[in-house]
Amino acid sequence: MEQLLSPTFKVETRTGASAAFAVMAAIVVILAFLAPLLVSRGAVQDLFFILTMLVLAQCWNLLAGYAGLISVGQQLFVGCGAYAMFALVSLLGLDPVAAVLVAGVFAAIVAVPTAFFTFRLYGPYFAIGTWVIAEVGRLLFAQWKALGGGTGTSLPRDATREMIGIDLLKSLFRMKSAEAGDALTYWLALVLALVTIGAIYWLRRSRNGLGLAAVRDNEQAARAVGVDARRMKAMVYLTAAFLTGCCGALIYVQKQRISPDAAFSVIDWTAYVIFIVVIGGIGTVEGPIIGVIVFFLLQNLLAGYGSWYLLVLGLVAIVTMLFAPRGLWGLFSDRTGIQLFPVRRILKGGPLEHKQMGGPNG
Amino acid sequence: MPLLETHALTASYGDFQALFGIDIRLEEGETLAIIGANGAGKTTLMRSLSGVLKNEPGSISYRGEAIGALDAPDVMSRGIAMVPEGRRLFPSLTVEENLLIGSYGRKATGTWTLESIYALFPVLKERRRNSATALSGGQQQMVAIGRALMSNPDVLLCDEISLGLAPVVVRDIYAAFPRIRETGAAIIIVEQDIAQALKVSNRIYCMMEGRITLSGKPCDLDRDAIHKAYFGADGHELA
Amino acid sequence: MNWLDTIAQGILLGGLYALFAAGLSLVFGIMRLVNLAHGDLIVFAAFVILLLVSLLGLHPFVAAFIAAPLMFAAGWVLQYHLLNRTLGKDILPPLLVTFGLSIVIQNGLLEGFTADSRRISAGALETASVSLGPINVGVMPMLTFGSAILAIVTLNQLIYRTSIGRAFRATSDDVTTAGLMGIRPQRVFAMATGLAMVVVTIAALFLGTRANFDPTSGPARLIYAFEAVIIGGLGSLWGTLAGGIILGGAQTIGAAINPEWQILAGHLAFLLVLLFKPRGLFPRAVD
Repeated sequence: MEQLLSPTFKVETRTGASAAFAVMAAIVVILAFLAPLLVSRGAVQDLFFILTMLVLAQCWNLLAGYAGLISVGQQLFVGCGAYAMFALVSLLGLDPVAAVLVAGVFAAIVAVPTAFFTFRLYGPYFAIGTWVIAEVGRLLFAQWKALGGGTGTSLPRDATREMIGIDLLKSLFRMKSAEAGDALTYWLALVLALVTIGAIYWLRRSRNGLGLAAVRDNEQAARAVGVDARRMKAMVYLTAAFLTGCCGALIYVQKQRISPDAAFSVIDWTAYVIFIVVIGGIGTVEGPIIGVIVFFLLQNLLAGYGSWYLLVLGLVAIVTMLFAPRGLWGLFSDRTGIQLFPVRRILKGGPLEHKQMGGPNG
Repeated sequence: MPLLETHALTASYGDFQALFGIDIRLEEGETLAIIGANGAGKTTLMRSLSGVLKNEPGSISYRGEAIGALDAPDVMSRGIAMVPEGRRLFPSLTVEENLLIGSYGRKATGTWTLESIYALFPVLKERRRNSATALSGGQQQMVAIGRALMSNPDVLLCDEISLGLAPVVVRDIYAAFPRIRETGAAIIIVEQDIAQALKVSNRIYCMMEGRITLSGKPCDLDRDAIHKAYFGADGHELA
Repeated sequence: MNWLDTIAQGILLGGLYALFAAGLSLVFGIMRLVNLAHGDLIVFAAFVILLLVSLLGLHPFVAAFIAAPLMFAAGWVLQYHLLNRTLGKDILPPLLVTFGLSIVIQNGLLEGFTADSRRISAGALETASVSLGPINVGVMPMLTFGSAILAIVTLNQLIYRTSIGRAFRATSDDVTTAGLMGIRPQRVFAMATGLAMVVVTIAALFLGTRANFDPTSGPARLIYAFEAVIIGGLGSLWGTLAGGIILGGAQTIGAAINPEWQILAGHLAFLLVLLFKPRGLFPRAVD
């Protein structure tokens, strides 16, 4: 009979690479905050695009990669957030910055009945169900004549000129209104991106995150060990809806013009997002970051080629899914074992000690 | 030359090795029994023989041909038919359709046709249009055996056909074996029911933890030897 | 508003939607694959028919007859070499690969044919109508509905009365044991997709002659097909027909009230069914 001495174990997630990365990331974030003062206005707009696509990608990844909810209807929340913001600003005169937050809440509220319907479906049927509901959203908002109906409308000119903080920027940095507007929306996007990544990373490291991973892998088994699968999925779905709604609203503050087909576009807000996550690496925090950079580069490369751009994107996604299902980051991470946002729990601690005792019955 | 034989057959499920260099042989027309406790590797062996599991090409040979790496449809078309563990009838098919699908991959003429299988297991004829899963366990086993016979195989693999069935039913099923043997088919049965295995076979192999621990003719083997080969040297006494 | 006329139109429209959906239903039933490119494949087939009509001067029905085996082959190759690789326990690869395929087909068609709206001309048949008691119904819608019934009857005969049909059902039940019977699942799946593409070609014929289409018309057709399958219930082709009819009916009634509400009415009917019967009205298969 062997007797185990109580071992000393610790659960850690920090690794060497992640510590180095944390330092680098801090530097990058500081630089990012300084960007509007350092780079051209065009570059700021590009960075805005990258950041907002990153937020959308992280949200989709949260649903699909972590919760196993593969949605093809994320554009519902982009559109709802955008239209909510437009309504609050155009019709109620609210400040756009505040409207972005309220729009996110509105998107989360829309997510409640949506979840109720779509959670009745599984797998590919869930996917198409979310798409149908997004279409319903598009068709309903196209009926709202006060916001332009099917052809859409623009934000009132002074609305963006008089956002909270614009005056401050104009006096501090001597920017013109439009420049200040771009800078402000950029900073908001940066904050949103950091909040999103932070929230997802925190979730993954928490107990809820473990439960979530269990649900994704095997819902029945997860239920058997006490994970409330439905509640978890619902929480994740609402969170993603909120963040996506804020992001959609912010995007349209910057664009200043909206139409149902654009705000609820499955290509812009779902197809591109899916490609970003698939190519970057699904189920990781690092993946969408890589994916959005690749996406941005590809877009600039193929800018003049019309439909070839999407065609190439589609082919790359197919090839990636078949031969590198965990994306570019997955390839790198598998080879090197590096995790920059470590979430794997590593068991560290003393070795097991066995005390030998004699005989078949102790 | 033996009809079917294995040469140092190994098999693993990921990191777990299930078979450690198995050598068995099956001669034409003989009935082989493979006995052993749960987890001994018997079903893994059957899955390897039938092509469900892929192995090294040379580790299994049939009529001299190396078939270890072939997949199930290819193995089946050469005349090795399997009655899988748990019967595995097709729920969407009726009894008759389950029988008919048995000859999908190999349309060999021979003794076994729908009519002759109904003659072997008359109760199936009454139930031919029922859904296969509506039958009792014993009747389902008959369908599974009939399904395998429909391809007129030269080798019949039977994996745990007595599992979960009452002794009376098991007797009825094994009563059909002489007729199957008459047609010249060689049979390998995997059995946990040692008595039945000894009764019906020409030779037996005993397996434990992925290795052959005993082989010989039933009449030549004594109870203690089988016991030791089945349970291992420090196993408990049977009551 | 002539209610009888509206309902008749709705039922006949249901035939078109049933044609859209039948292929999807077949493929899902056998291999649990939902091809997100299904709608785009219908549009692709419509362009093939259009090409044959304009290049060879054929009548659309003849062109469809020629296009059908071509589409069968295309479907077979697509399934065998591409989609078979995505099948497995994980639902992500088939979804994402077929989604990518959808984008590729749409943009390939855009490059090849431009974004112009097209129509396949069926000559006098397009406007011909027949009077059934108090109402007039178009000949084309009747032919569409009739084709839907014929397609479903043929598919059911295939599935329940033939050897290959047994192989379909066995493979759908238990892939491994089907292999033990000598069935090669890869080939069975390819065959199923090929057959689905034949039905898709028929659907394309009636889509192209009925309404304008362009390279981006695919996704809407996928949604209608999907709605018809869900409303009708998984695993039953007649259920799919029923689903198509209900969808067509809802859309036509919505359109009669306000033309802008046609598609929305269909979606709402779908959501309503989903609310009370998540597995559809006549489900047969157990998932």
